[in-house]
Amino acid sequence: MKTALKIAWRFLTASKGQSLLIAIGIAVGVSVQVFIGSLIGGLQVELVDNAIGRNTQITITARDRGDYVENYQEVAGTLEEAGLGVKRVSPVLDASGFLRVGQDDYPIQLRGFASSNADSIYRLTEALVSGALPESGQVALGINLAQEAGIEAMDTVTLATPRGNTRDVSVSGIYDLKTAALNSRWVLTDIALVQAAFGYGDVASAIEMQAEDPFQADQIAVEMAGLLPQSLKVDDWKAQNEQLLSGLNGQSVSSLMIQVFVLVSVVLAIASVLAISVMQKSKQLGILKAMGIRDGSASVIFLAEGFLLGIAGAILGVALGLGLTYAFTRFALNPDGTPVVALLVDPQFIAISALVAVLSATLASLIPARRSARLDPMEVIKNG
Amino acid sequence: MDNIISLKGINKIYGSEIKTQVLTDVNLDIANQSFTSIIGASGSGKSTLLNIIGTLDRPTSGSVIINGTQTTRMTRSALARLRNETIGFVFQFHYLLPEFTALENVLMPARIRDGRVTPEAMERARELMRLMGIERVQNNNAAKMSGGQQQRTSIARALINNPRIVLADEPTGNLDSDSTEVVYDILRDINERFKTTFLIITHDRRIAQKADRIIEIRDGRIFLDLPNQLAKNLGEQSA
Repeated sequence: MKTALKIAWRFLTASKGQSLLIAIGIAVGVSVQVFIGSLIGGLQVELVDNAIGRNTQITITARDRGDYVENYQEVAGTLEEAGLGVKRVSPVLDASGFLRVGQDDYPIQLRGFASSNADSIYRLTEALVSGALPESGQVALGINLAQEAGIEAMDTVTLATPRGNTRDVSVSGIYDLKTAALNSRWVLTDIALVQAAFGYGDVASAIEMQAEDPFQADQIAVEMAGLLPQSLKVDDWKAQNEQLLSGLNGQSVSSLMIQVFVLVSVVLAIASVLAISVMQKSKQLGILKAMGIRDGSASVIFLAEGFLLGIAGAILGVALGLGLTYAFTRFALNPDGTPVVALLVDPQFIAISALVAVLSATLASLIPARRSARLDPMEVIKNG
Repeated sequence: MDNIISLKGINKIYGSEIKTQVLTDVNLDIANQSFTSIIGASGSGKSTLLNIIGTLDRPTSGSVIINGTQTTRMTRSALARLRNETIGFVFQFHYLLPEFTALENVLMPARIRDGRVTPEAMERARELMRLMGIERVQNNNAAKMSGGQQQRTSIARALINNPRIVLADEPTGNLDSDSTEVVYDILRDINERFKTTFLIITHDRRIAQKADRIIEIRDGRIFLDLPNQLAKNLGEQSA
């Protein structure tokens, strides 16, 4: 074994150029894997964060349309303490109405939040363009609505209910949630204002929250439904966003496919180069066999070559891949200087890529190793 | 004296469609500690005979007994072990591993046997290289030596595991006559010193006469088998 390793090492170092070339070949494969993996991982995280992370992931509403959640504070408290893996539990009362500016009525959805958790879910503080979040009796408007109606922070506006009641409120600030539909419809305020303006009692229309792991939302929802009274139903983002979910899955699968094909090409490259190397070294192998090296040891020589090349290629490849990744975040920038895609450097993924490269290099050397085991010393001795 | 090599009814046929019989009914016993030369024209089958004795090649029929062991049915791995421990090979081409130095080449069979280089093996390697007069080039790369030095290195390699048998196929075929003379004197010296059995193929009758016994192969059969003094006399007559 030790003898075979020593011979393998010497074979590799004797033809440095060739060994370096193979190692670089493996390294390119590994670096592409690391880079593509980080790129797609980053895209995924960004997409998940944008699409799901800034929104409610699990929503509790009354089972019957038009009904409300009565004891919402109590339910919210129970959920936070139940250890279901949910966070940012935020009761909300939604109501449709109008924003009256002069002669014009703008249709709006008034959202009355009962807790500052809403700020965490929708990242409202981050979204503020001017002014502040609404305090009691104040509202915040979306930027599209504000521009359309010509309203600025600290202005006073009139809210009108479908039944014709009106109420004057002051605008605490303008926000931009990066979604035009929300920016032109949502008017944010506290729950008491909505309850008073629309003549509701102490009720909420929904309890919104996020999951610790967004992808567990469906399971948590099922568990939660078991704890809650029959009159309430639980929805999760997965059930409501099948398209997004299948898009995310598609991305994962295509990323996996790319990696598999890169891997296959690396394996084929190593196998073919090592096969040629067996031909080149067949004379040496014949001599070693005449001197009594076992067939097993003769094959270990090539397995060891594959293993060593795999390790060298993996180290080089990880360095190259991280370099590429760094260069990408450094030079592929948006006009505002942020990276086009924030790459995700996942040490576990990189370790797995490196390990897979070493394993596949060793595996690829199985074919030449078998040839080496079968080689008959007579082939060499006879042909001189 | 015991026979260390014993061949019984050896036939060797190459090819499956067009059959070529290279050896026909060869029976041969080689005495322990003897020094035998095999002569014959090229294509006579002498190299095939040597390769069969060395277990590098298998006979089509017949049995090969080496050091009292029937080799015909041995596994490849058992044969490898037998070659490593009992037989030393010297070929017409030195067949050194160009990736290693002269000393490392000499040590290779010992490394294969022990899995490492023992101090005893190292000592023996140095002694053999001194005997061969190549101690000064021991750290040279095998490819960077003269033909004579390479061949002497390969002889040292054949002897490192102190084999009972050394098989040599025209070991001086690529050397000038002075070097040839020196190499044969060394082989003869080792034969006497270490009691190693030598079986040497040569085309040079002048060299053959230094042997205890001359065997001539013609068309795959033993044509002539002259023992001891008779061989020497014959050599003198022809010279």
